[in-house]
Amino acid sequence: MTEQKERELYFWLRLIREYEDRISTLDKQGKIQGGIYSGKGQEAIVVGICHDLRPDDWIFPLHRDLGAFLVKGADPKRLMAQIFGRRDGFAKGKDSFLHGGDFSHCIFGATSMLGSTLPVAVGTAYKFRIKKEDRVAIAFFGEGASSRGDVHEAMNFAGIYKLPVVFVCENNFYAYSTPNELQFAVEDVADRGPGYGFRGDVCSGNDLHSVMKAAKKAIDRARNGEGPTFLECKTYRYHGHSEHDGAAYRSEEELITWESRDPIERWEVYMGKRKYDVAAIRAETTERVKKVVDEALAFAEASPWPEGTEAMEDLYATPVEED
Amino acid sequence: MPATYIQAINQAMHEEMARDENVLLLGEDVGVLGGAFKATDGLLAKFGKERVVDTPIAESLIVGAGVGLAIQGMRPILEMQFIDFISCGFDQIVNMAATLRYRHGGQTACPIVVRGPCGGGVHGGIYHSQNPEAWFFHVPGLKIVAPATAYDAKGLLKSAIRDDDPVIYLEHKFLYRRIKEDLPDSEYLVPIGKAALRKEGRDLTAISYGSPVHAVIKAARDMAGEIDIEVIDLRTLLPLDWATIRASVAKTGKALIVHEARRTGGIGGEIAARIAEELFEYLDGPVLRVASMDTHNAFAAPMEEYILPNQEKIAEAIRKLASY
Ligand SMILES: Cc1ncc(C[n+]2csc(CCOP(=O)(O)OP(=O)(O)O)c2C)c(N)n1
Repeated sequence: MTEQKERELYFWLRLIREYEDRISTLDKQGKIQGGIYSGKGQEAIVVGICHDLRPDDWIFPLHRDLGAFLVKGADPKRLMAQIFGRRDGFAKGKDSFLHGGDFSHCIFGATSMLGSTLPVAVGTAYKFRIKKEDRVAIAFFGEGASSRGDVHEAMNFAGIYKLPVVFVCENNFYAYSTPNELQFAVEDVADRGPGYGFRGDVCSGNDLHSVMKAAKKAIDRARNGEGPTFLECKTYRYHGHSEHDGAAYRSEEELITWESRDPIERWEVYMGKRKYDVAAIRAETTERVKKVVDEALAFAEASPWPEGTEAMEDLYATPVEED
Repeated sequence: MPATYIQAINQAMHEEMARDENVLLLGEDVGVLGGAFKATDGLLAKFGKERVVDTPIAESLIVGAGVGLAIQGMRPILEMQFIDFISCGFDQIVNMAATLRYRHGGQTACPIVVRGPCGGGVHGGIYHSQNPEAWFFHVPGLKIVAPATAYDAKGLLKSAIRDDDPVIYLEHKFLYRRIKEDLPDSEYLVPIGKAALRKEGRDLTAISYGSPVHAVIKAARDMAGEIDIEVIDLRTLLPLDWATIRASVAKTGKALIVHEARRTGGIGGEIAARIAEELFEYLDGPVLRVASMDTHNAFAAPMEEYILPNQEKIAEAIRKLASY
């Protein structure tokens, strides 16, 4: 990797962290209505998977993947307006958080039904296959969502047709309060891959190198017609399930242990070993990310609320006139 | 050569797949078998297995993959082998497909058609006889069509495939081979959202759709000397062609709704309520409904016959309404 790329990756890690921290603060201040699901601690996964994707590859993020929107190219300003439920958001205020995707950057908005985007990702990949396009679809989901029938149905189909899709399981050990041992009886969820006729790989989701290496293999495989990969990234979320969840179901030690494996600090250590001036890079990046988030926030706060009557818009592509 | 209702459906898919290479079909046994009822006969041979896809038994996948294809510019037709199994794809329809455009602020459309055989009268039992329109009638963002004739079956399916919104297409299996008619040689479409006036009349309006339309028309003919009945075949259930209903009920002053789905929570209730709200001063009698009894569609012939609407129940309701 070039120094420039390594610094760029660092920028994305830091931008996501700053962006999400700011949203958490705004939430505490009562400035945001609706749920906020922080991906703090999991940044290396979305950066590692999305950074080297092509603009016309599609991603299907999960509810904690705000970072994926940013890395894939969504405008940070519009994303903030989306979170605020304003008219300039991707959903024009119809829903907030990550329920409105950005089609201009091939980002699909999730529903609240966990795992429901996997069949859609698989349909997208099927189109790439039959139209002989060397594009890939990336479907993100949590280890909790992996219990849903939709996930099974999607993977089974993708296995049959060797579709160009990567299933990225962000295993952060808790589904809301439910620990993994109450969610499934296997150690690695990736073990399920071979059951569908494709590979299951495990990587450290807190180590950007590890994610990028595994992601490259899986994406290349998909692009070359070798079929799907189940890529499990082991990670941990620092915050509760949502900002309103104190996460009393897990121990302080556990959190501290995982904080000592922080993906951003890890990258800083790496850059130090590369003999970069980490202190200078850190300071400069702090400035940069702060500016992006400040601007996004100003934009979102200035963006108008939609009018009530706009609730009837965008329901149908071809409305049938009444009366 | 007259075409049956199911041949009309088959023709619509043949024509639309030939016309637009982005139209494709996903469903269980739709390929070599040609569908459980032969609705997809010949499509595999003509269009190949990439466009006629035999899926695993996975209705969530079928609908969800259809949405994925749709956002990539394809126009998938999604077959439910029996419409009853649409319940297994329910979430993908109501939460994914129906909300897609809305929650993306108009950035995308969702041109999918979910079609499959509905309805009873063939002793299919509880899980092969359902009329699920009311489950979806409550969901904005969806369109629902339910043809009663071969002509409409073809024209509405072609329109549904070309429509940019998700359409639930309810084909009534009782009609598959029981009705036939000559179809035009040249291409035609039946617009979504427009009811058909099957017979004009002055005394009362009978509103129906799907299989019972034929019984209603027959009753209207049989009773012609006695009561002059106007018959509306809705064809599209969502959105309703309210203008046609209103004009007719304002003229006759009486409304009877006949549907095969069970009465409670059925869409007849909504039509009745709206007539009461907007046409109260025109009414000369109560809005009546003939529908299935409020139970599951039973298997044994005598029970099924007891449950479903029929000629006799319709005639009785017409007489009762006419007497006001
Ligand atoms: C089908 C469905 N059931 C329940 C929920 C409520 N719910 C939201 S997030 C969540 C836990 C998700 O855990 P996981 O998939 O591991 O993702 P994580 O939040 O840990 O990133 C639950 C139970 C839901 N959104 N959808």
